[in-house]
Amino acid sequence: MSFERTFRDDISIVLAGEAGQGVQTIEQILTRLFKQAGLNVFGTKEYMSRVRGGTNSTEIRVASFPIAAFVNRVDIFVPLDAKAMDHLKPRLTDKTLTVGDRENLKTEKEILNAPFSKMAAGIGGELFSNMIAAGFLAGILHIELAIVYEVIQYFFGKKSADIIEKNCTAAKQGLEFGREACAKHRIHCELKRDPEVVGQIMISGHEAVALGAAAGGCNFIASYPMSPSTGVLTFLAQHGAELGILVEQAEDEIAAMNMGLGSWYAGGRAMVTTSGGGFALMGEGLSLAGAIESPMVIHLAQRPGPATGLPTRTEQGDLELALYAGHGEFPRVLLAPGTVQDAFLCASRAFYLADKYQIPVFILTDQYVLDSFYNAEEFPSVSGEVTYFVVQTGSDYKRYRFTENGISPRGIPGFGEGIVCIDSDEHDEGGYITEDSDVRTAMVNKRLKKQNLLPEDAMAPEFFGKEGYKKLVLGWGSTFHAIREALRRKGEGDTAFLYFKQVYPLSGKVAEYMRQAKEVVCAENNATGQFAKLIRRETGLSVDRKVLKYDGLPFSVEDLVAKL
Amino acid sequence: MEKTAFELKECDVAWCPGCGNFGILNLMKEILAELSADPQKLVFVSGIGQAAKIPQYMKVHYFNGLHGRALPPATAIKATNRELTVIAESGDGDMYGEGGNHFLHAIRRNPDITNIVHNNMVYGLTKGQASPTSEKGFKTPIQVNGVILEPFNPLAIAIALDASFVARVFVGFRDHAKQILKKAILHKGYALVDVFQPCVTFNKMNTYQWFREHTYLLDDSHDPKDRTQAFGKATEAGKWPLGIFYQYEGKPVFEEQLSVYAQDPQPLFQRKFRKEPVEQLIRKLKE
Ligand SMILES: Cc1ncc(C[n+]2csc(CCOP(=O)(O)OP(=O)(O)O)c2C)c(N)n1
Ligand code: SF4
Repeated sequence: MSFERTFRDDISIVLAGEAGQGVQTIEQILTRLFKQAGLNVFGTKEYMSRVRGGTNSTEIRVASFPIAAFVNRVDIFVPLDAKAMDHLKPRLTDKTLTVGDRENLKTEKEILNAPFSKMAAGIGGELFSNMIAAGFLAGILHIELAIVYEVIQYFFGKKSADIIEKNCTAAKQGLEFGREACAKHRIHCELKRDPEVVGQIMISGHEAVALGAAAGGCNFIASYPMSPSTGVLTFLAQHGAELGILVEQAEDEIAAMNMGLGSWYAGGRAMVTTSGGGFALMGEGLSLAGAIESPMVIHLAQRPGPATGLPTRTEQGDLELALYAGHGEFPRVLLAPGTVQDAFLCASRAFYLADKYQIPVFILTDQYVLDSFYNAEEFPSVSGEVTYFVVQTGSDYKRYRFTENGISPRGIPGFGEGIVCIDSDEHDEGGYITEDSDVRTAMVNKRLKKQNLLPEDAMAPEFFGKEGYKKLVLGWGSTFHAIREALRRKGEGDTAFLYFKQVYPLSGKVAEYMRQAKEVVCAENNATGQFAKLIRRETGLSVDRKVLKYDGLPFSVEDLVAKL
Repeated sequence: MEKTAFELKECDVAWCPGCGNFGILNLMKEILAELSADPQKLVFVSGIGQAAKIPQYMKVHYFNGLHGRALPPATAIKATNRELTVIAESGDGDMYGEGGNHFLHAIRRNPDITNIVHNNMVYGLTKGQASPTSEKGFKTPIQVNGVILEPFNPLAIAIALDASFVARVFVGFRDHAKQILKKAILHKGYALVDVFQPCVTFNKMNTYQWFREHTYLLDDSHDPKDRTQAFGKATEAGKWPLGIFYQYEGKPVFEEQLSVYAQDPQPLFQRKFRKEPVEQLIRKLKE
């Protein structure tokens, strides 16, 4: 039996255990630990829709260089119970080093036995076994005890001296055990440290969306909890007081959406955060936003459907829902960030676009992009200015005054002398109900005219590659990093990548990019190739090949290396 | 204030001659003038239906949204700008049927808004189907053998949820209705006024005459502070009582408990964007 292994520059560690067993706590401690040691970190979770039992796992990649994508490969596997062994089985190979407590795992498999429970009993109980495991991994990666202590202080600083001390002892014992195991079994982990990483931001997708919204001047959010969208609501609730954001848990998504519209009407800057099923209930409200020409920001966090589907898993299956939702015809914008920076920028920009054009703007994310986090060298700065498009009304104010470009200055009640009347029925310039065909036609034209302005303000897709490429890969939103890494690994100089963070309306020379390629491949996390269909609708061009995945999991880098 | 302050110069009213909605419209314009309501700070929120058209016929700010959805925007408008007086007004189908869930939760939130419900016990705009408040046996083109469902009792439900103001009036008793609607608008907190309003076109059962004969005014022997007594009145068999059933003064108001107003009383639109708190949170993630 040999545990001799050498891991170089990029190590994938997977922890797995029952819900409630503390996988998340170890993850938090470890990721901070690695970052404080100057290692690049990426973390992503995979969990079941249950509060107890089942198996949840978390992948932590540590590397000598920045990484931000999910890999299928498992270098070091730490199962916390017997079920975890089975759960991860498909991903384990001969090269995987499995470390765990043989007694708890009840396995005959070749694992490096680390008696976490017994060690924990000596310190004060099972409670400490997670800290011992964390210490063990720190030991294997040669992280100094001082850094481990610092991190314990960071997480437990407010707890009693006894608790801090016991945690320190647990971590120390784990770390020493890890170092001994390395020496004894010849386990080599070679990672380059970068002191710059220590001061870099480490942020998840949902934090980036929430902060981006705040930076865009959001001051109102009403929503109804639904995975995976709830993180944004929770984050803003936790920090609502300091950010000046009014946070309300609505009785249902219908109320949430209508509250949001009420707030915009009264001068607020509102958003809703929801997932497919909740958004389905918002459909009528979305259409109301179209009719009354209200700004609205909708964070639509996708998960696999139909219906309740896989509540805690990932998919890019609601692009067409967002594109076509709402009865009647009215303009909209769909943004789809694939990085933490873009999540921040898109959320902030959504408020600008919504307010400027008086339209609903979507931020389309998914479980994978929201729950993943990593350190990033660059992060956008917060602009000191938020552009407000509200006008002070005069006594002859008309909310829907016909203008050249279709945008009528937006007044709010209580600011100026005018009265502000909005109506979900077809209305005249003053906002009063009308059934006059000429006015109706003019109003439809006015609303749709705004759609023509949107491409100018659209974010163009980002191109990665060299002129003269033969193959062009199209991707949108959360697949960004996996596609990038896969293409880098393949190292095919004649393959280029076009990344869309705005999926509707499209801007830039999408058709030209496509025409230059011999083969256009569209990779997306759904079963029917919704983006490929949208591309065809907008450009008239078909993609040559679709790479699709709809098992509830994100693309791994390996998946894409094989299929692109 | 002039009685005409809330009068529109032109308007093409879509109600049938003799409809109870006219009485309510006139009352509202009078009341607002008598209360010297500031037209710039007064917002009506309504849904869809015949009753929901009422703000169209007044010179007021309005948010005439979706069927059943008047209360969520009304709550949000008040919470976004606490200086506004907000009146949510619609029909019984709108508020108690399509909007039933919002009705329950608006009461629980207790925003400082007035909720006026035109209760004609029928769907007017869609031409005569049963409403949640239709009486058993009421025949319609859909309920061909008469309504068999138990009528919705908005007052009992509101009292059960400890709503802060619960009243019922009949538009035919003008002075009484006026006095109570005024109190409702002045009340701080969520105030429900269910207004009996005959639909002369689609409800031949609950006519002006019928309401006169089947209602009576609550007198001094009723104590609106007594919730048990109020519940008794709301569920009483026989004639329908009219008046203030229940009032809970000093009940904490939704928007006054929100943390956004803890440091800064200004309406949201008057605030300057502050980037520091966002930057600070970003800095924390770098620590
Ligand atoms: C979502 C939705 N469903 C149905 C309708 C059709 N509709 C409009 S008003 C109404 C009911 C009207 O009854 P009520 O609210 O009591 O008002 P009234 O017309 O009697 O004043 C219905 C069903 C609609 N506008 N929206
Ligand atoms: S249908 Fe009934 S409620 Fe509607 S206007 Fe006519 S009488 Fe009034």
